Amino acid sequence: MLSTITVNGEVRSLDLDPRTTLLDVLRETLKLTGAKKACDHGQCGACTVLVNGLRINACLTLAVMHDGDSVTTIEGIGTPENLHPVQRAFLTEDAFQCGYCTPGQICSTLGMLSEVEAGWPSQETADLTAKLVLTDAELRERMSGNLCRCSAYPQIIAAIRSAAEAMA
Amino acid sequence: MRSFTYERAASVEAAVASAADIPGARFIAGGTNLLDLMKLDIERPAHLIDVSRLPLAGIEDRDGGLRIGAAVTNSHLAADPRVRARYPVLAQAIVSGGSPQLRNKASVAGNLLQRTRCPYFYDTAKPCNKREVGSGCSALEGLNRSAAIFGASSACIATHASDMAVALVALDARVETLDVTGQARSLALSEFHRLPGQTPQVETELMPGELITAVTVPPPPAGPQAYRKVRDRASFAGGLASVALAGGQLALGMVALKPWRATRAETALAAGASPAEAMAQELSAASTYAGNEFKIALVGRLAAAVIGESRGRGA
Repeated sequence: MLSTITVNGEVRSLDLDPRTTLLDVLRETLKLTGAKKACDHGQCGACTVLVNGLRINACLTLAVMHDGDSVTTIEGIGTPENLHPVQRAFLTEDAFQCGYCTPGQICSTLGMLSEVEAGWPSQETADLTAKLVLTDAELRERMSGNLCRCSAYPQIIAAIRSAAEAMA
Repeated sequence: MRSFTYERAASVEAAVASAADIPGARFIAGGTNLLDLMKLDIERPAHLIDVSRLPLAGIEDRDGGLRIGAAVTNSHLAADPRVRARYPVLAQAIVSGGSPQLRNKASVAGNLLQRTRCPYFYDTAKPCNKREVGSGCSALEGLNRSAAIFGASSACIATHASDMAVALVALDARVETLDVTGQARSLALSEFHRLPGQTPQVETELMPGELITAVTVPPPPAGPQAYRKVRDRASFAGGLASVALAGGQLALGMVALKPWRATRAETALAAGASPAEAMAQELSAASTYAGNEFKIALVGRLAAAVIGESRGRGA
């Protein structure tokens, strides 16, 4: 089935088996291997990408359902020469060991910061109508869809906090 | 994943017409539960009808309440200013379910239609009457820590996993549908899911090919609202039990194969019983299995605490 998906700003025309997940198209067809396939069931967040600016699990969505959508992967966020502030903060704060979950963590961070900007609540939001205060508890909860088996969580929170301040 | 054909429905009417014409067709919106189960070979649709782009993603003011389109994402519903201000129990329930990535994709209708998380439903090597009719229920003598305490049967003791639906049942929500003949109807969410009986594979009152188009909630009842969930991890985990309170309306989650409206407790509370007494009356109808006896004390204390604290806060 023919679909057109814009990936990192580039329009891609694809002839897809309906079974193909967005993650498999990114990794196997377009060779964008930044987004990782770990659990392949929406449990770990290693495949997190932004679709029309919203973070989702690329493993749990069919590519044919994204005809006309705009997808951003880690490859579209920064380059080695020109790192995004979130990427720079992950390096500065030592926010990973093996790095396997990192592309998902960084894409998730960008989506999360947009959600915070829009005032979306989380289960840590005590007052649903007051202005959101981005406590560490809020950050941890909002990043709970991204597992890190090296358990770099304290550094990930530090990196997100420093990037959020740098971007503010 | 098995092979299937795919179409993007051009209209709500075309979607139900297609569902009527094609055997084994299923609707897909967010796909977070359906695709997971297709990968596990538990769901095997021959044809998917994509309803995610139909004009079903709006939230409108209706009769003093809200009409929530079936394809509204969980995230957008929880973030809606009207929901946060007037239906906080609903916003709280939604953000306690899944992860942000899942909530950004999962739809309102799909949340209601999600399948049970019973470990034997997921384990294709074991009998499960829901998955394979007549094969037996492995949970009866097996791992049944998460099992139902209300409304179970010898054929199935699974629970419904939704958080959102528990709040919606407490809020007297209704489900609007369109059937394959183009006929619209509305039914109470409390009557939407079926208890297992001897046909646990039939999970809702939906007819084959019938499409959920919206969920409606009436104006919120007077009084405080709260949602609280108990689970093994602090975040991104299915619940062992949950409580939704909206004024004098009380619903319990993960205790039955449907969100459980605690009418006995409501009646007792209205007659002046203490929260603990009211919950004791509700739980007098409960039954347990080897692994889930703790749910009686857990649900009783959890609900009594939520009711008691809400009274402390006042309306």
